[in-house]
Amino acid sequence: MSQARNLIDETGKRIDGRGFDELRNVKITVGPVKNADGSAFIEFGKNKILAAVYGPREVHPKHMALPDRCVLRCRYHMSPFSTDTRKNPAPSRREVEISKVMREALEPALMLQDYPRAAIDVYVEVLQSDGGSRCAGITAASVALADAGISMHDLVASCAAGKVDNKIVLDINDEEDKEGQADMPVAYMPRLEQVTLLQLDGRLAPEQFNECLDKAIGGCKMVYEIQKQALMQKYFGNETELKEETQ
Amino acid sequence: MSSSKRSTIIVEHLRKQQMWDALSRGKRLDGRDFSETRQLVIETDIIKKANGSARVKLGDTEVIAGVKVETGEPFEGLENKGALILSAEVLPTASPYIEPGPPDEEVVELARVVDRGVRESEMIDLEKLVLVPGKIVYTIFVDCSILNADGNLFDATSYATVAALLTAKLPIFEMQDQKVVDSGNTQPMPVTSMPVSITAARIGDHVLIDPSAEEEACMDSRITITTTDEGFCATQKGHTGSFMPDQIKKAAEAATIKGKEVRARLKELLVNNG
Repeated sequence: MSQARNLIDETGKRIDGRGFDELRNVKITVGPVKNADGSAFIEFGKNKILAAVYGPREVHPKHMALPDRCVLRCRYHMSPFSTDTRKNPAPSRREVEISKVMREALEPALMLQDYPRAAIDVYVEVLQSDGGSRCAGITAASVALADAGISMHDLVASCAAGKVDNKIVLDINDEEDKEGQADMPVAYMPRLEQVTLLQLDGRLAPEQFNECLDKAIGGCKMVYEIQKQALMQKYFGNETELKEETQ
Repeated sequence: MSSSKRSTIIVEHLRKQQMWDALSRGKRLDGRDFSETRQLVIETDIIKKANGSARVKLGDTEVIAGVKVETGEPFEGLENKGALILSAEVLPTASPYIEPGPPDEEVVELARVVDRGVRESEMIDLEKLVLVPGKIVYTIFVDCSILNADGNLFDATSYATVAALLTAKLPIFEMQDQKVVDSGNTQPMPVTSMPVSITAARIGDHVLIDPSAEEEACMDSRITITTTDEGFCATQKGHTGSFMPDQIKKAAEAATIKGKEVRARLKELLVNNG
């Protein structure tokens, strides 16, 4: 990818003023969709993404039901007004792929065997897009699943790292995604130390692969804290830390 | 198994048990080591009507890729680059579980992961494929047909695509009176690098390179890592399970080593092609 301008200035600041290891502003609101069993709204940089969970509920069509576990279905969709040029509302190949990897990123966290013959539907709607919408979508979906009270092994936190002006940096924004050299979205379950999503677009030197992966995992751990805070905020109000129960 | 549908073979419970027993002894059911790939056969220029073509057999998985070159408008935002469009279809011949119809999400993923390797490695210098800047460019179609599916469609399709592009003869188009005319001459594709993908499956704690269909039916998760001579250019974790970070780093190492071997095979094609 040829670069038209510098994405990192002489003082080591990125175009939006961040350092190499800094996340964009992240804000998660739990439970904005009243009809859903669980929901979350995430603002991740300029991303505005809504995630809603319905289920466990009956499976339609019925033949899709599994006798020993729950079916997880996932839709990632971008609203026509979410992008610079209007996006055709019909699902694109990109959205089909992201829906798939998103489902596969969430599934390892869920105890699907707890809900045989049922379905859980996860709907992720991108209302305003910025770089890293799949990561923000997974992060919000995971909080929505927790809000729905689904049995989970862990939350799935997601964040990308990438290469910009030959430097490995955390959490790529839209301009850095389009003009930078590489983008590696990662989803991670911090408690279980398991990577559930890994993609790479762009070129990395051999020694940069591990550096980029480690940086993204570090970002996931920061996102994880924000997810937990958001859930605490809804269920425990302003008490943002779990009090040790006195025995 | 994917929660939405079944497109892979069903492996009997006893056979699974056999596989797990073999893996715990460090062997695979077909006798391979964990890092051993199946036999790779590459033939090129097998379809004379195409501008480039290749048939790849990876074990019993068989893929044909065909390159067709036309002219057309450039993509929006990429006005000064030729267009590259890659598609894949798993033919109903490929397995008893495939039905004709529009591509399902697994096939969309397959085509997009192979496309990502070619695109991100900048294998083809698309800036050399412009006739009238911003108006008319070369459009390169690579269409892949999977004839027989026995696991690891990602790598077989990736090798077929790269082999077909490497050996394709680009027709030279010219502008005459504001019309595109085929000059009748050809030239080699403007190739700058060679992306090679290596796919591994995790079954329990074991990571196996180049999984067969039987192994894919038992796998927890999958990872595809694409490299060039310069380093990494694309990655995709697939399937419902997860990976430990160290397993990914080991897979990346294996992809670098194995990728070199496959790239050497692909380079032979260039030599044989003159």
